[in-house]
Amino acid sequence: MEMEKFNYDNEIVRKFIIATVVFGIVGMLVGLTAALQLVIPELNAGLQWITFGRIRPLHTNAVIFAFVGNGIFAGVYYSMQRLLKTRMWSDLLSNINFWGWQLIILSAAITLPLGITTSKEYAELEWPIDIAIALIWVVFGLNMLMTIIKRRERHIYVAIWFYIATFVTVAILHIFNSFELPVTMLKSYSWYAGVQDALVQWWYGHNAVAFFLTTPYLGLMYYFVPKAANRPVYSYRLSIVHFWALIFIYIWAGPHHLLYTSLPDWAQSLGTVFSIMLIAPSWGGMLNGLLTLRGAWDKVRDSAVLKFMVVAITCYGMSTFEGPMLSLKNLNAISHFTDWTIAHVHIGGLGWNGFLTFGMLYFLIPKMWGTKLHSQRLANFHFWIGTLGIVFYAIPLYWAGFTQSLMWKEFTADGFLAYPNFLETVTQIIPMYAMRALGGTLYLIGVFVMVYNLMATAKSGSFMKNEEAEAPALAPKYKPHAGEYWHRALERKPMVLTILAVVAVSIGGLVEIVPTALVKSNIPTISSVKPYTPLELEGRDLYIREGCNNCHSQMIRPFRSETERYGEYSKAGEFVYDHPFLWGSKRTGPDLAREGGSKLRKPNSWHYNHFMDPRTMSPGSIMPPYPWFIEQDLDVSNTAAKINAMRTLGVPYPEGYEDQAVADLNAQAEEIAADLAQGGIEVAANREVIAIIAYLQRLGTDIENEGTEEVVSNP
Amino acid sequence: MLRFVKQHMETIVGVELYPMVSFLIFFTFFVGLIAYVIMMKKGYIKEVESLPLTEND
Repeated sequence: MEMEKFNYDNEIVRKFIIATVVFGIVGMLVGLTAALQLVIPELNAGLQWITFGRIRPLHTNAVIFAFVGNGIFAGVYYSMQRLLKTRMWSDLLSNINFWGWQLIILSAAITLPLGITTSKEYAELEWPIDIAIALIWVVFGLNMLMTIIKRRERHIYVAIWFYIATFVTVAILHIFNSFELPVTMLKSYSWYAGVQDALVQWWYGHNAVAFFLTTPYLGLMYYFVPKAANRPVYSYRLSIVHFWALIFIYIWAGPHHLLYTSLPDWAQSLGTVFSIMLIAPSWGGMLNGLLTLRGAWDKVRDSAVLKFMVVAITCYGMSTFEGPMLSLKNLNAISHFTDWTIAHVHIGGLGWNGFLTFGMLYFLIPKMWGTKLHSQRLANFHFWIGTLGIVFYAIPLYWAGFTQSLMWKEFTADGFLAYPNFLETVTQIIPMYAMRALGGTLYLIGVFVMVYNLMATAKSGSFMKNEEAEAPALAPKYKPHAGEYWHRALERKPMVLTILAVVAVSIGGLVEIVPTALVKSNIPTISSVKPYTPLELEGRDLYIREGCNNCHSQMIRPFRSETERYGEYSKAGEFVYDHPFLWGSKRTGPDLAREGGSKLRKPNSWHYNHFMDPRTMSPGSIMPPYPWFIEQDLDVSNTAAKINAMRTLGVPYPEGYEDQAVADLNAQAEEIAADLAQGGIEVAANREVIAIIAYLQRLGTDIENEGTEEVVSNP
Repeated sequence: MLRFVKQHMETIVGVELYPMVSFLIFFTFFVGLIAYVIMMKKGYIKEVESLPLTEND
């Protein structure tokens, strides 16, 4: 057979590695800042751009899409060329993928602190950036699929299946969750409302974890662990079952993020069942990774690369066991809305994604620079301080989550809430927040040590921009062996495999989302629920801009401890005009679903003072002050367009109401300003604070009006 | 628990088929998958699983 000579493109891998490290540091620094703000609320120095509500999405987007995202590309571009024995199909597409992705990250880093956000978790970026993401993702996918087509290796190794599934599923998730109606260049409303929006969002959110943080990294595991251990994967058979079972089941589990909410019960139950089933493929994969080292555990002692990988896979096993447990309703009742969830995701983030990335970097850089790692000792130091960082991060937060949840639920002997003031349950756990910040710092120190070590390594070697390789070309016509099974043939046909992967992930999405959209009785309408007034709508947009939903939920679960604290539990029909939904996923502050209702309602002046300085009204509060609400004029230039957009989305504003909207807005604002003036607070009616107060005072009032009976309209 | 599911689903015409169809899809899929995996030839597995290790670098 004639050998063909070609080059592997190492330059693109190098670029993605640099981006991975740089954005890893940036994302973790932002995370550390956010963590410290929970201990020292003044840390935003009075600047609106770096309040917790705005930088928390910056942190999550940076670590998921910038750090892990670039890590995925680096690993995929390295391993795919070698597994397929060919250079990437197009250097141009590789570079468009790289620079496009960095531009998207840059635009996220600019827009999120400015408060330009859709509020949907891990999908906060506004519509023009969403389109850019879709385009760049397609560039990546096209380059990948074309590379697979022109490969020199007949069989497609399992790692590449995971890459293909990642590509197609992330594309589907991103497109469906990003259906939004643009109002301006930088503002849009989600196509879906309330319960449906929540379901689509968490179908997306959960599978962003599954298909962005998990499947591509499993692909990397199946390549780099055998590579680093220099032995094949424990069971190739198991890897096939792992692959199909994982992508088939994962897609169904999203509703476990919405247990005890207003989501129809059948959807909640479905989410739980599939989450439990997920233990099987997840642990199959974990064991497959760990058992690859059977009989070679002595290598782990000497190799920092393997140490990182072993801890990464172990963390994967821990979080994929914990995840299904948290999707049991009885445990979820304790964990949801607390720091338990934050601890859980960081076992996955810091342990699985972080450590696998570090292991990969310690493997790749000596290899690509043709040298040895500068210092094994420093790498070991990084390993230990990183592991310690994870422990110090997670344990305090588990403690905090558990403590706070129990405090929320505790009743006195007389049947009253033991801690009626929500703040008591927050101040109790602030020491834990401080410990967590310490854990994060340790982890970050390790990363800096790694950067030094890797740079010194690179300096001692010389980078091979293009690595020479040779392999025989594929014979043009492949004759299947007699008795070849279907799957083996499938493996050679990447397009068929791609389509089957789409089918596998589509079934779950369709079964969950379509009935919620079509079966009317899933969302009983409530006749007294009315659209927001223009002022409230603008106030709601301020709530979104400031990212209030990052700390405040708007979802009262049907527990006595919650109805006692907040009032009547939330009904699906209350959210029919909420584009987007704002249920939130974490209660660093109290729930606000009924903030304006009779049980919780406070005077306008209370809200005014609370925004000026939360600690004057709630001593010990860790909410930052929002003085700019009082200084900034409310922008009403788009109010009419917003009303139009909402009507397009099905909110029943009468035809022509947009012309009257600003006048109505001003009238309502004058009323609130006059009320504030009575309390001795002079503030112009056109300030932002008026709108946000109007919105908060509206929350939860609808169902207290007449006609509270639920009218179930049959389909 | 099923009570919750039924209550919302019974308005769909022909809903009784859903659980049966779902069960059949999953059952066939996984039984087929496992059968295939068990029947895979050793030689082929050896070849594919060593792909990451046989690259010429």
